[in-house]
Amino acid sequence: MPDFAPVIGLEVHVQLNTATKMFCACPNRFGDPPNTNVCPVCLGLPGALPVPNAAAIEAAVKAALYLNCSVSSFSKFDRKNYFYPDLPKAYQISQYDLPIGTRGSLEIEVSGTTRRIGITRIHLEEDAGKLVHAPGASLVDLNRAGTPLLEIVSAPEIFSPEEAYAYLSSLRLLMLYLGISNCNMEEGSLRCDANISLRPAGSSTLGTKVEIKNLNSFKGVQKALAFEIKRQSSLLATGTPIVQETRLYDAATDKTLSMRSKEEAHDYRYFPDPDLVPMTFSPEYLARLRDNLPETPQHRAQRFVSAFGLSQYDATVLTSDPALASYFEDTIAAGASPKLAANWIANNLLSALHQTSTSIGACKIRPPQLAALINLVETGTLSSTSAKTVVFPAVFEKGIDPNAVVAEMGLAQVSDTTQIDQWVVDAIRANPDVLDSLRKGKVKAVAKLVGSVMQMSRGKANAALVSQRIAAILKDMHGIEISG
Amino acid sequence: MITPETVAYLARLARIELNETDLARFVPPLQEILAYVAKLNELDTSQVEPTAHVLPLTNVSRSDDPLPSLSNAAALQSAPCTDEGCFLVPPVIE
Ligand SMILES: [Zn+2]
Repeated sequence: MPDFAPVIGLEVHVQLNTATKMFCACPNRFGDPPNTNVCPVCLGLPGALPVPNAAAIEAAVKAALYLNCSVSSFSKFDRKNYFYPDLPKAYQISQYDLPIGTRGSLEIEVSGTTRRIGITRIHLEEDAGKLVHAPGASLVDLNRAGTPLLEIVSAPEIFSPEEAYAYLSSLRLLMLYLGISNCNMEEGSLRCDANISLRPAGSSTLGTKVEIKNLNSFKGVQKALAFEIKRQSSLLATGTPIVQETRLYDAATDKTLSMRSKEEAHDYRYFPDPDLVPMTFSPEYLARLRDNLPETPQHRAQRFVSAFGLSQYDATVLTSDPALASYFEDTIAAGASPKLAANWIANNLLSALHQTSTSIGACKIRPPQLAALINLVETGTLSSTSAKTVVFPAVFEKGIDPNAVVAEMGLAQVSDTTQIDQWVVDAIRANPDVLDSLRKGKVKAVAKLVGSVMQMSRGKANAALVSQRIAAILKDMHGIEISG
Repeated sequence: MITPETVAYLARLARIELNETDLARFVPPLQEILAYVAKLNELDTSQVEPTAHVLPLTNVSRSDDPLPSLSNAAALQSAPCTDEGCFLVPPVIE
């Protein structure tokens, strides 16, 4: 079978998390009872006048700048005309020939290799309503109609399902860093369609393009593309031409299926929306937005490595969510050592959050409490074991002060050398056989002394200090040198 | 150039039903409209900026502050068919 290389383009729709809709003052909120966040504008009632949301425009310009796009000084809204029951005006307000941003790019990393993927355009539009299919009828909920939507179109420069996955992850992370969308695929605030064509390996002519819809997760995108590559390869291998069509991905069977709908050539008859006047962006306005863009995830990770001495791996984990990265920085600001904080967050905290399906924002243990816990261990007040198995779970569950847990449960380690020396002397006196064993070179006999001290201290003696003092006392009082 | 096929295509885009007689009947008036607008082609517009809007206005927007929406009952009051707080339409098959 000859080798075919895929060429993939992704079209991503990102719902903006503004307080109100794109062209009216209805709340932009998910999950309310149907048709309760609607008004004459988003219902498409005759005579209603749309007025653009300044915050949505600003978010779109910021996104374009963050994705390295050129933002032209002049942009406008156009009407895209088509009939569908979820589109009350029978046109969608979108942007046609003068989008907010063009020619941007995005950095992706796949198995250690970094590549830049081009972004063809990024424009602002309004979302449609939602259809619920019932037997014999369809129900229309227009709460979503008019939600500000950013359409981000990649160049056909993605060459594998893995790269598609990396592109989506990277794009999502940038949107989260900008804070302009919740990027929640389950709630539909981030949606993706894919285009894929195959060509003989090494050829530069593009093959016939197939569009895939109904992609509900990043893994789904990756799997649907992998399926299409197999399907199209075997067709091409037998000389069967690929049909230009739209296919739906079915996650249950992990297959794509041809859409049943009659393939009617789209003719959207775009024209400038006379209800909306053009937007202009001054160089000063663009410079101000550019200067206030957040640090990129890559820069933040790099800074965590250089400023805090974290491993590249820990830095990547901690910057994989802007809220997590801020949590880490707040923990350090509250006085924790960066490396210990990174360890606690990347391991204990993340697994606890994962196990309880809690978001970092809803996490009850706040950075000052985690910092206090880390310091209790670092100063030897609390053993690392007690910290992990008793104090952390309690603080995680109740959001209480770790010092209070330690005091209440009597977990404070004894690090007072006078007290520890006393226990060591008592332990040696109570176990005379240990000295004989040690003199015969049986170093392991020390364990008996440690155990005895731990028993006398009811587990609260600082273990590291106990070993240290046993060695010192054996040497000073009995002339026995033990190493290790 | 308007033909009965063009009329049929436009009718389909506009979701209106036209019979054979109508298709033929609409050809001359549509042709006349096109010819009228085609007068613009006589102008040299090579040095003219495309017009995005007829009003000399830009950047009309509003702040992102919510206002009360309509009640569900008010939103649905003109709908011929409703169910479960929604507009009810003939089944849409995807
Ligand atoms: Zn509204």
